[in-house]
Amino acid sequence: MNPRRSYAAGTGLFILLGFAALAYLATQTTSLVNFQSGPTYDVTAEFTNIGGLKDRAPVKLAGVRIGTVEGVKLDEKSMDAKVTMAISDRYNEIPEDSYAKIMTSGLLGDQFISISPGGSPRNLKNGSMLENTQSALQLEDLIGKFLTGSGGSRTKSSGTGSGAP
Amino acid sequence: MRQLATRLFDPLLDGLVDVGRTGWFFLGMLIALPRGLTYPRELFRQIWFVGAKSLIIIMISGLFVGMVLSLQLYYTLSIFGGTSALGTVIALSLYRELGPVVTALLFAGRAGTAITAEVGLMRATDQLSAMEMMAVDPMAFVASPRFLAGIIAMPLLVAVFNLMGLFGGHLVGVSWLGIDNGTFWSNMTSNVSVWKDVVNGEWKALAFGALVSLIAVYQGYSAPPTSEGVANATTRTVVSSSIAILALDFVLTAFLM
Repeated sequence: MNPRRSYAAGTGLFILLGFAALAYLATQTTSLVNFQSGPTYDVTAEFTNIGGLKDRAPVKLAGVRIGTVEGVKLDEKSMDAKVTMAISDRYNEIPEDSYAKIMTSGLLGDQFISISPGGSPRNLKNGSMLENTQSALQLEDLIGKFLTGSGGSRTKSSGTGSGAP
Repeated sequence: MRQLATRLFDPLLDGLVDVGRTGWFFLGMLIALPRGLTYPRELFRQIWFVGAKSLIIIMISGLFVGMVLSLQLYYTLSIFGGTSALGTVIALSLYRELGPVVTALLFAGRAGTAITAEVGLMRATDQLSAMEMMAVDPMAFVASPRFLAGIIAMPLLVAVFNLMGLFGGHLVGVSWLGIDNGTFWSNMTSNVSVWKDVVNGEWKALAFGALVSLIAVYQGYSAPPTSEGVANATTRTVVSSSIAILALDFVLTAFLM
């Protein structure tokens, strides 16, 4: 191989390697990994408090990722947070009366929605709503309750003021 | 007293003049750039020279930066009990800051000096004048391909640096310090974004590539045609590039946040 051809090959290899590295970084190490591939159906749920739940947070059933959070809105009538989840079409046999809970992975980790299956013979489908929900655990509320010793005896609402003496 | 003032302010004034001349040189090169594209083979050769030949040093440095980053951040995070965020912190530090900056500093040392010395010797041995005699514009044939090659090579080098850094960080964090592999990756993939982090760093890489190759070509072009002149120009390339990279990094970070 003459010297001109050899550096041309080297340059080509360098450019290919660079773009391959860039493509790997962009697709394998970022939130692009979490993008759903394939068809999904939408399910909504209302929570009194979503804590730090963000768009694209995972939706898990028994710890297995089955979908992502598509959007969070405030429902003007009930003053609750309305969360839309896109669940993969593969998992289309989730009972209608399943229970949605906002959980945290680890003490400082991200929040995600955990679904515990119910017992209804009817399954969730596009547009259905999960009635049974549990809001995010607020560390501040817990500490407030602990300090004032009012845990359990007062109202169950997770809003502000539950820690007032 | 007067002498002291001159001795203090002369270097500052020289620096200011240098910045101004680099600016004019940049304008001249921009005008010559379209004609520079008529020498694709020269451009290709320069990408090989500044990019492919810097690959080894970039890969080794990336590996060690990632490894030491993993050790240091593990220590810091373990104070707060947040070692599960190790992958995220390594990836974000590399993509947003260390990748572009360290690569640019190495690039200035490895490729910038070589460009300055080469162009400076071309000037000293009258090769540039000879080109003008043959109606070949040295701005188009010498300066533009080297400038463009820097812009093209830097983002690719940064991507390779980041990848090696991530590999080194993973090696130390998971294989040595015992962080769970799944935690490392899932925490990273849920917190690192393509546009805000990876692309952000690549913008910086583009800017640094342009900056370093501009300074290198200008210093070579304006070097006095003596061996001492070329030597001084090479030193100035490294010094000015390093300062310019770090200053521009602050400005870019403030804008790209």
